[in-house]
Amino acid sequence: MVKWSDFERAAIQDIFSKISYDAVGRAALSRCLIVYPWTQRYFGSFGNLYNAAAITTNPKVAAHGKVIMAGLEKAVKNMDDIKTTYKDLSVLHSEKLQVDPDNFNLLGDCLTIVVAGQMGAAFTPEVQGAFQKFLAVVVASLRKQYY
Amino acid sequence: MTMSLTDKDKAAVKALWAKISKGADAIGAEALARMLVVYPQTKTYFSHWPDMSAGSGPVTKHGKKIMGGVALAVSKMDDLSGGLLELSELHAFQLRVDPANFKILAQCLQVVIAIMFPNDFTPEAHVALDKFLSNVALALSEKYR
Repeated sequence: MVKWSDFERAAIQDIFSKISYDAVGRAALSRCLIVYPWTQRYFGSFGNLYNAAAITTNPKVAAHGKVIMAGLEKAVKNMDDIKTTYKDLSVLHSEKLQVDPDNFNLLGDCLTIVVAGQMGAAFTPEVQGAFQKFLAVVVASLRKQYY
Repeated sequence: MTMSLTDKDKAAVKALWAKISKGADAIGAEALARMLVVYPQTKTYFSHWPDMSAGSGPVTKHGKKIMGGVALAVSKMDDLSGGLLELSELHAFQLRVDPANFKILAQCLQVVIAIMFPNDFTPEAHVALDKFLSNVALALSEKYR
């Protein structure tokens, strides 16, 4: 079981209480599709992803950013057992969506950059450490049901 | 990941560098301090430092040195292997830093740039810088074996 220090727990709750889910979801997903363009392979039905401008204004990208943030919120609310909380999500990503799990780290990196940009100096090294630990647990839980 | 730099990437990196280079020393120090906290295994390379905290003498000095290397890479963008040859030999034979750490430092640099220059570190600038730093890491690794 993952052990969270009081600081880490508080930092994660604080981040998610402060960020705009809509803005962060959309910004992180669009950044991922722009910085790591091969991730677009999973979004063939999203229409125009031809350039950065198209991606950042694409309404399906914005909508899906919200879906992702809702998923992360489940982890934030169940920090002591993300693995069980994410069991069905893991099966979904593995069996139905068939996403290469290495992509989770790419989206995670973009989330970190976007949250850093939003929080500015409040995103201290220690807070960054807590956030990246949280993302690592999320990613590991999403990978769990792959075989 | 050895995706080579297009003319567009080079222009984007140079444009970003023009905006951030005045703050280079601060970026370097902050990125290094951050790396030591977020990726504690990297502290193993600095066990000879009496103080590894943000703002300390060794961290500030070394952050500046690192950014000197980045500035050199920006100026030698058209031939990173040639331009960074000496630095590659230094890292390969003397420092023997595991190359996986180049990616870690690159990530910390980008987080700091995102914090300090949120309006300039657009997705377009991000992809160009990410590619550039990957190529720098590759050039630095050239002499390892």
